[in-house]
Amino acid sequence: MIISIASGKGGTGKTTVAANLALSLQDSGLVKDFNMLDCDVEEPNLHLFLDPGVLTETEITTFVPVVDQEKCTGCRKCVDICRFAALAFVKETVLVFPALCHSCGGCELVCEFGAIGDDSRSLGVVESGMVNGHAIHTGRIRIGEAMSPPLIKAVRRHENEAELTLIDAPPGTSCPVIAAMRGADFVLLVTEPTPFGLHDLQLAVEAVKVLGIPAGLVINRADLGDNTVQEYAESEGLEILMKIPFERSFAEAYSRGESIVNVSPEWREKFQRLYTRIAEIVEAKA
Amino acid sequence: MIREIVIISGKGGTGKTSIAAAFASLMENGVLCDADVDAANLHLLLKPKVVESHAFMGGGIAEIRNEDCVACGVCLDVCKFDAISEDYHVDPIACEGCGVCVDMCPQEAIDFPTQQCGEWFHSETRFGPMIHARLGIAEENSGKLVSLVRQEGRQLAEAEGRNLLLTDGPPGVGCPVIAAVGGAAALVIVVEPTVSGLHDMQRVAQLGQHFGVPGLVAVNKFDLNVEMTEKIEAWAVEQSLGLVGRIPFDPSFVKAMVAAENIIEFAPESDAAKTVREIWKKVLASKAMNNMGIADLR
Repeated sequence: MIISIASGKGGTGKTTVAANLALSLQDSGLVKDFNMLDCDVEEPNLHLFLDPGVLTETEITTFVPVVDQEKCTGCRKCVDICRFAALAFVKETVLVFPALCHSCGGCELVCEFGAIGDDSRSLGVVESGMVNGHAIHTGRIRIGEAMSPPLIKAVRRHENEAELTLIDAPPGTSCPVIAAMRGADFVLLVTEPTPFGLHDLQLAVEAVKVLGIPAGLVINRADLGDNTVQEYAESEGLEILMKIPFERSFAEAYSRGESIVNVSPEWREKFQRLYTRIAEIVEAKA
Repeated sequence: MIREIVIISGKGGTGKTSIAAAFASLMENGVLCDADVDAANLHLLLKPKVVESHAFMGGGIAEIRNEDCVACGVCLDVCKFDAISEDYHVDPIACEGCGVCVDMCPQEAIDFPTQQCGEWFHSETRFGPMIHARLGIAEENSGKLVSLVRQEGRQLAEAEGRNLLLTDGPPGVGCPVIAAVGGAAALVIVVEPTVSGLHDMQRVAQLGQHFGVPGLVAVNKFDLNVEMTEKIEAWAVEQSLGLVGRIPFDPSFVKAMVAAENIIEFAPESDAAKTVREIWKKVLASKAMNNMGIADLR
């Protein structure tokens, strides 16, 4: 089973929920083995709360073309097929702008003279480590790299290595979030009960609908703000699976890289119940 | 000379938009831009009246005309994005819009219609004009829309003789953030004093350095962890980033948000509001905002 933890708005508590869920499932007997994927590759934070120890780093690259000027006849077919302006014909020479390339391979396909060769661009790294016997894989985009979906896909290649995979998704509703939610069995949405939290939750719910994945809601800092998120969830039939109150001790623990279950062990059981309920919903849909 | 201040954070939810909205009421003769086109929130506090709205057109998406398709399999072979199913239908979410299948189809059975993937707006607010946008759900091209919002903001400032652009940026360090920082005079980096706040600020500060834009650091909710605040400030100084202030944790920010006001309007006498006013003064007085020499003398 794959559970993707997403939110729309940033800073609502995705990583908090992912880390606490993971810590609560350890030695719980509820699930044989699980792993964790941090797909918030622009700003990965999950490892900060789980202490994965020694990491192995794998660089992830993507195809970009290189032009053999000897073989190039200047026919411009490669320039014409590129919809991303990654190739340009300037002063009788084909120039490559690697940062703009989407690695579609069109240029290589249309070149009749074998003048396009393979080069690569680094997208970033996947850092792999272990937390009490459970693997964690963290995507970390290279600073200056714009395209995160191919790196997210590289992190997700690890999702079949365990019975349960927890994905920490990026904020927003555009392509990186979609890359982190597609194919999941369940999307756990985390929001805060504020106008910003509500607005972005509505967008996230629309995105989940586009993908047709069952979803449920965690309301974090549930006693700050107003009642509109709860009303919205009820009107949408979005089940509220957990409410986490605002407590200064939780916020302070978070600031030090500690989890709720560290400062309030009674929350372990609540996160286990959260998992059990998700498993029931997924089972019922299957 | 138009100068642009872009508010970013790396980590989401550190208070970018609340601070941008407060700056909006302190700004004189400026234009507001919301460059968080994915999950825009500034409009919730500023209640803009839309003057003009425009479609935002993205690239094309492949569409197979199944009546002309002979199921030869070429498109399946050339698609690097697994966007075409065995029964020759294109998954519009997986389609990258590269058009390779369109060009390679021997039957010319694939169309490539341009998609509207969002909208952008020119609006009026109680603090001045605003350019903002909404990217469609699950769409690509957020960077392109961010660039468009900033470009329209700049043109509007030029046309109306305004000298400041105040831009609320997106979280992260990827495509939309890259589109939001290039060419800005200064980045105001809003950080929370947490391990993740520090980690994410370091990455976004590097991005600012990569594009040669000076950064000014403001620590929000600083009293949640004073030790971490000091660590963040020490790192910032080491990296030659400016420090512009510390804002205390104050539930009034949330109450202001519920009332659709900014902190300056909602709790003008609060410590938080006072600090935000001081931060704004420091931002305007910073070297980053006053480093153009001759142009400044006019």
